Amino acid sequence: MVDGSAEDMGLMNNFTVLVVDDDPIICKVHDLLLKKFGLKPQVVENGRKAVDLCLACGTFNLILMDKEMPVMDGVEATRELRAIGVNSLIVGVTSRGSPDEKKAFMEAGLDFCFEKPLTPEKITILLHELNQNN
Amino acid sequence: MDRNRLQHQVACMRRSLFDQGYLDEQFIQLEELQDDANPNFVQEIVTLFYTDSARLIQSIEQALNSRPIDFSKLDDYMHQFKGSSSSIGAKKVTNECTVFREYCRAENAEGCIRSFQQVKQEYAILRRKLEVYFQMVRQAAVAHTA
Repeated sequence: MVDGSAEDMGLMNNFTVLVVDDDPIICKVHDLLLKKFGLKPQVVENGRKAVDLCLACGTFNLILMDKEMPVMDGVEATRELRAIGVNSLIVGVTSRGSPDEKKAFMEAGLDFCFEKPLTPEKITILLHELNQNN
Repeated sequence: MDRNRLQHQVACMRRSLFDQGYLDEQFIQLEELQDDANPNFVQEIVTLFYTDSARLIQSIEQALNSRPIDFSKLDDYMHQFKGSSSSIGAKKVTNECTVFREYCRAENAEGCIRSFQQVKQEYAILRRKLEVYFQMVRQAAVAHTA
């Protein structure tokens, strides 16, 4: 069970999170997983909406970015976000892709790249990172 | 039947779904997210999978029936479908998707058609097994202890 994990570990968890994924199952799973850690994610289904949201409402502490999405994919969205000066922790979330594909995604400006779906262990790593950065 | 017996049956069925390779570790991850605040989470996710993937199945059928076959589009659809099936821990379904994608990359139409039949078969078998499983879970939840 993952209830109360953040507090148990002495980690702050009042971070803003954006989930960017076109798969409704992944969105639902990641949404509940993040809520278990006391986080309240916003969810959008493509990179274009992620960029527009960051432009309109200011940035997020953490952005979980799927790679393959319609309209604008994760690579392009990450590149655009970095180009406009977004310095959120951007974490790529991919299906098992080739090393070249992951490399291209990292080079677009990711801080980490994980295989989907995320697990409590990976969220813990990210919370540690967010706590260190803040 | 009393609750303990029903719960034992549920546990047996659950174990067999893993032992026979229908489900993998990812299903356990979903179970670990389920709690009192989200008591039907696993069933909701499985239902969402079958609802959402129906359109992908249809798209793949259409793409397989078109001439010439657009293997790139087929691969995209199957990539999405495979991503979803692995998210719910549908091991056999996901494995058949992998076989399909290999035929797709080789632009082997017959191989794609054959392996897609296997994908649909495993998809249907799992759906039925999970329907039975969730029904047993519900029965065990409302049964009285003898």
